[in-house]
Amino acid sequence: MKNGNLQETLVEQNNLISRPLTEEEELYKENILDHYKHPRNAEILPTYTHHHRELNPLCGDEVEIFMNLVGGTIESASFQGKGCAISQAAASMLMEQIKGKKMQDIQKLAPWDIYNLLGIPISHTRSKCALLPLKTIQEGLKSWH
Amino acid sequence: MTKFYEEENANVHRGIYTLSEKATMAYEAARETVAQFIGAAAEEIIFTKGTTESINLLAQSLGKTLQPGDEVVLSEMEHHANLVPWQELAKEKKAVLKFIPLTSDFQLDMEKAQQLITRTTKIVSVVHMSNVLGTINPVTELAALAHQVGAVCIVDAAQSVPHMPINVRKLGCDFLAFSGHKMLGPMGIGVLYGTKKLLETLSPFQYGGGMIQEVTYEKSTWNEVPWKFEAGTPHVAGAIGLAAAIDYLQGIGMDQIQEHDQELTTYALEHLSQLPGITIIGPRTNRGAVISFTLSGIHPHDLSEVLDRERIAIRAGHHCAMPLHTKLGLVGTNRVSLYLYNTIEDIDRLIAGIRNAQRIFR
Repeated sequence: MKNGNLQETLVEQNNLISRPLTEEEELYKENILDHYKHPRNAEILPTYTHHHRELNPLCGDEVEIFMNLVGGTIESASFQGKGCAISQAAASMLMEQIKGKKMQDIQKLAPWDIYNLLGIPISHTRSKCALLPLKTIQEGLKSWH
Repeated sequence: MTKFYEEENANVHRGIYTLSEKATMAYEAARETVAQFIGAAAEEIIFTKGTTESINLLAQSLGKTLQPGDEVVLSEMEHHANLVPWQELAKEKKAVLKFIPLTSDFQLDMEKAQQLITRTTKIVSVVHMSNVLGTINPVTELAALAHQVGAVCIVDAAQSVPHMPINVRKLGCDFLAFSGHKMLGPMGIGVLYGTKKLLETLSPFQYGGGMIQEVTYEKSTWNEVPWKFEAGTPHVAGAIGLAAAIDYLQGIGMDQIQEHDQELTTYALEHLSQLPGITIIGPRTNRGAVISFTLSGIHPHDLSEVLDRERIAIRAGHHCAMPLHTKLGLVGTNRVSLYLYNTIEDIDRLIAGIRNAQRIFR
């Protein structure tokens, strides 16, 4: 609530109007661009126990995830994909996040965790891009390869 | 529309009281305006909620006449609105869909069209101006090809009616569909034009109030055209709003609007094509004011978001024409749509905005 105007605050929260990014958000944006241009763990694991692919038909984003679980822990994870900076950076960032974590903890991750990870305002339309990698991981964990 | 809701807000063709009378007159006057705008007669104008509903109406009503094996010919550049209704109909009726392919310069291959439209063709339904490529299709020729074999010709004119002078008699089509929201009118109102002769032979689309002549517990007979196709309370305010938009457009002149569009399009194409890494997806000539393009290394959604921060609104994605994008090997494109409110300066800002995005993604 930067100013007292409720209307403006609501509009801002809902990202109904575009605004310049804050300095902190600019740093997050740089990080997103870095992950997009140099994705981490962008490969197919030689051995994996879980594998899943999801598409976002609206913008043609595609994420395919490979995970190797040992005793309920994600030992290693990798992804392949194509699409916009948000979806691909989110996938790359999540790979780093989920490694060494318990499967149950990953199943508990919520949209809000992804938005925090990305750190820039995500509009309603682009939430599908941002959440595609998490959805792919969570769906993938449900079924064994 | 405000005047209607404040002073004339009543249902049409029902009440005998003054307010209802006023509403009916305003609604039917709107129909006259639309008819005159496209060179039709008022009874040939059906109000729908948009192009999509207009085509669904046809798929359902014309669809009843189809036999297994009958063919419906579309083009490869159709919007989902002029594709999915026919796919569903084909499934139900065991009819066959055929698609007129594109040439390498994004025009319809008319030689192939001639081969595809045969005695087994019952319906030819094509887009007048592609919402992705901007291509303006030779619908007069296509209508002639359809009529030669006894088929009907439907034109999806959602992009063309707002941008150029249209006369349905000159086009020679049997049906033509368009939407209010693409021509400065309200959302949720659209039009289906059909020749009186054909409309009279078609079955209704939806059933209920307003579209009947006589109803008993056993059976019903239908109202005359066009009311036969307007079941339920129509979007009266929408029709009035659409007529107001038409009056406004005609005040400027459709020729002038087309000329302005062409000037902006030529300028935009010239400057866009100088950008590094750009591919224009559409023809150079014979086109309207939508320009789709891709940029190497920048996803359409990312470009759109960067431009949005500079208050430039472009569309990104498949623009409701997924099969066309698949055919062209693209997941999505960026699309600039220009209209009478755009200026040369807007295009300069767009070019600067794209250059900025290219710096960010370098």
